[in-house]
Amino acid sequence: MHDANWEPRIVAFFCNWCTYTAADLAGVSRLKYAPNVRIVRLMCSGRVDPQFILAALAGGADGVLIGGCHPGDCHYAEGNMKTLRRFQMLRRVLAGFGLEEPRVRLEWISAAEGEKVRYVINEMVEQLRPLGPLAWGQRFGVEEGAAAHAAPAPQPEAVHA
Amino acid sequence: MNSNGTNGDIRIGFYICHCGHNIEGMVDCAAVARDIAKLPGVAVSRDYKYMCSEPGQELIQTDIREHALNRVVVASCSPLLHEHTFRNAVEAGGLNRFFFQMVNIREHDSWVHTDRAAATAKAIALARAAVRRVRFHRALETTRVPIHPDVLVVGGGITGIHAALTLANGGKKVFLVEREPSIGGHMAKFDKTFPTLDCAACILTPKMSAVRAHENINLWTNSEVVKVEGYVGNYTVTVKRRPRYVNEELCVGCQECIAACVFKEPKFPDEFNVGLGKRKPIYIPFPQAVPQVVLIDRERCLHFKTGKCKKTCVEACADRHAIDFTQKEELVQVRVGNIIVATGFKLFDAKRIPQYGYGRYPNVVTSIELERLVTSSGPTGGEVLLRDGTHPKSVAFILCVGSRDFKTNRWCSRTCCMHSMKLAQLVREHTDAEVTVFYLDIRAPGKGCEEFYDKSLKDGIRFVRGRVAEVTDWALREEEEGKLVIRAEDTLAGVVRRIPVDMIVLAVGMEPQADAQDVRRLFNMSCGTEGWFLEKHPKLAPVSTFTDGVFIAGCCQGPKDIPDSIAQAGAAAAEAMALIDRGYIEQEPNTAYIDQADCSGCKSCLPLCPYTAIAFDEATKKAAINATLCKGCGTCVAACPSGSIRQHLFEDEEIFSEIEGVLTHA
Repeated sequence: MHDANWEPRIVAFFCNWCTYTAADLAGVSRLKYAPNVRIVRLMCSGRVDPQFILAALAGGADGVLIGGCHPGDCHYAEGNMKTLRRFQMLRRVLAGFGLEEPRVRLEWISAAEGEKVRYVINEMVEQLRPLGPLAWGQRFGVEEGAAAHAAPAPQPEAVHA
Repeated sequence: MNSNGTNGDIRIGFYICHCGHNIEGMVDCAAVARDIAKLPGVAVSRDYKYMCSEPGQELIQTDIREHALNRVVVASCSPLLHEHTFRNAVEAGGLNRFFFQMVNIREHDSWVHTDRAAATAKAIALARAAVRRVRFHRALETTRVPIHPDVLVVGGGITGIHAALTLANGGKKVFLVEREPSIGGHMAKFDKTFPTLDCAACILTPKMSAVRAHENINLWTNSEVVKVEGYVGNYTVTVKRRPRYVNEELCVGCQECIAACVFKEPKFPDEFNVGLGKRKPIYIPFPQAVPQVVLIDRERCLHFKTGKCKKTCVEACADRHAIDFTQKEELVQVRVGNIIVATGFKLFDAKRIPQYGYGRYPNVVTSIELERLVTSSGPTGGEVLLRDGTHPKSVAFILCVGSRDFKTNRWCSRTCCMHSMKLAQLVREHTDAEVTVFYLDIRAPGKGCEEFYDKSLKDGIRFVRGRVAEVTDWALREEEEGKLVIRAEDTLAGVVRRIPVDMIVLAVGMEPQADAQDVRRLFNMSCGTEGWFLEKHPKLAPVSTFTDGVFIAGCCQGPKDIPDSIAQAGAAAAEAMALIDRGYIEQEPNTAYIDQADCSGCKSCLPLCPYTAIAFDEATKKAAINATLCKGCGTCVAACPSGSIRQHLFEDEEIFSEIEGVLTHA
């Protein structure tokens, strides 16, 4: 059993033109949604390397959300379709590792769909809650938040004003 | 200094913006700054009221000098809003502008959450990620793309006309493309304009003729843009020019062919008069049409339908030989640097609200139909007539038809209150009818508009506040016999009224064009929820789009009146002119590149690029990316099996460190 205060953590990869802008719109519209998502901005969902998803899951994320433009609306013509193909393949591999389906999700969210950002994030958080922590890092012997790149040496205390 | 722009030490300056109360209200900014101060490499960590203000930017610049910073992170609003501002500040401080990372804690955090602790935790996680990421940033140079000086204006309504003329007067070459056979758009159909009641044609037609006469404007009517390739400064646009079956160069607009047509009487519904008038198969859209060139309706012309016409039109044209039945559709390509989209709106289809009886009761008309009736050049010569040819004794206007209505369109169309009051005054001028206006709220915010409303009240136009429930011809009382009865709640008097009238005018609202989605894709733009084209920023970049070099103006962006449309047309022209006169645009250097040493020559990347920016060098058996063609999506980067394709600004280590960073905090 996990800690009662546990909250699912989601890493989201949003494309600059549609979904990131939609998340901005959700903000401008003051829509309210669960604070469990950390958004990483990429120019296109096509830039989402499957390794990013694995790194996020291994690093302590309980779920990964990818957001791109609707099919036919990609700012770069068809990057989102490449993502779709990769996503389908990765999902099968992840299922083989015993990963529950709701943990990795791909959504098409246009720049106008601030409401969909709210809905998808809230729904995903609710779907992850009963699944509990993924703790994939522990399962595979990687420490949570461990840096794949050598952490720099500590430096003298910074000025804080 | 090494390639990281440092002497080995990374010294990061972190700044979190309160944005007044916008961020500070939900995020404990001082706590975030304290947390970030503890991170390795962070030399300065501050919170400040307004980072984007002059003193905020100076703070960054002073710290860069005094604390020898070589990286800067600002946590504030969306990078789409102020990344540029802070990059400039970093550059002014003496650093390469790309040693900067922005954290969005307003749109993505403080504005969307309600729990201060959770929002602060999220801000810390995002800030930590940026601090980790910025270490890997490298000094990059922006590339300069030259701007082709010619401009394409799409749509020949008043907006497109004004934009084209502004640019042309500034010495720029303009291609103006209009779908209809004449320019003029909706405004050409108006009799008078509010609130001054000056004649629409008198102010529009000189501008239309000026377009035709201008040496810098290439006017293509009856034409549509079918393909747009390239990027800012360098667009190749394919325009489909539909045949008129009349040679534009040879036709002098004498219209003798129209008189000579084998159809002695006009027989077919006339588009310009919204079906209220008739025209022949060979026609000119309206008397002041520009260009003054007739055209043949292929669907109606006897020659095209049967091949057995006497071609009296050709005889009438005689030695001018302007009529050419062999004309074919033509595809023309032009190169332009900027594009202004001014494709306008369509009117709401009143049949969608069946209880108002449009299409069922002949004397229920739309506002544009009444507009044609009051126009002296219209089908009735300016007489407001019922379908039986008599003058109405009473006329009612129903406002917000297809506007401010959850069942149809939620938005306010902004012009119909004023437009209806204008028509109401014109009806009073043209007839002695009693006029009643049914409204929800009168919205008359423009200059001189409230005064116009006052005048309407004083002129004896009656206003009833309430949404009309139904229009019916079912008479319950004697005075209702043979009339249309409006049933509405009078919300000010608190009673339900039945008001019998002779004519009902539906003030139909504005909607995005039926093909707005196709046009949006064509020009790589976005649409808002309602389908209007989306501006880059609602306040600061109202005519720009997310695609550089593509601007929007007029009603395609949202409902507006003529002055606002003209203002946007001027703004879009000025934006284009600014780019042209500067001669180049700085492009984000987020292109992909190939580490030649690691490329295995597998060719997986080649079919992925929609811009054919990746080429395979047969000699070296390795792929190479053409940076000018690359648009920086990063699809090939993600696909490269050997990891030899990389992307500036979105390097793998930058993204991995960001992923790790967001997960270091709950």
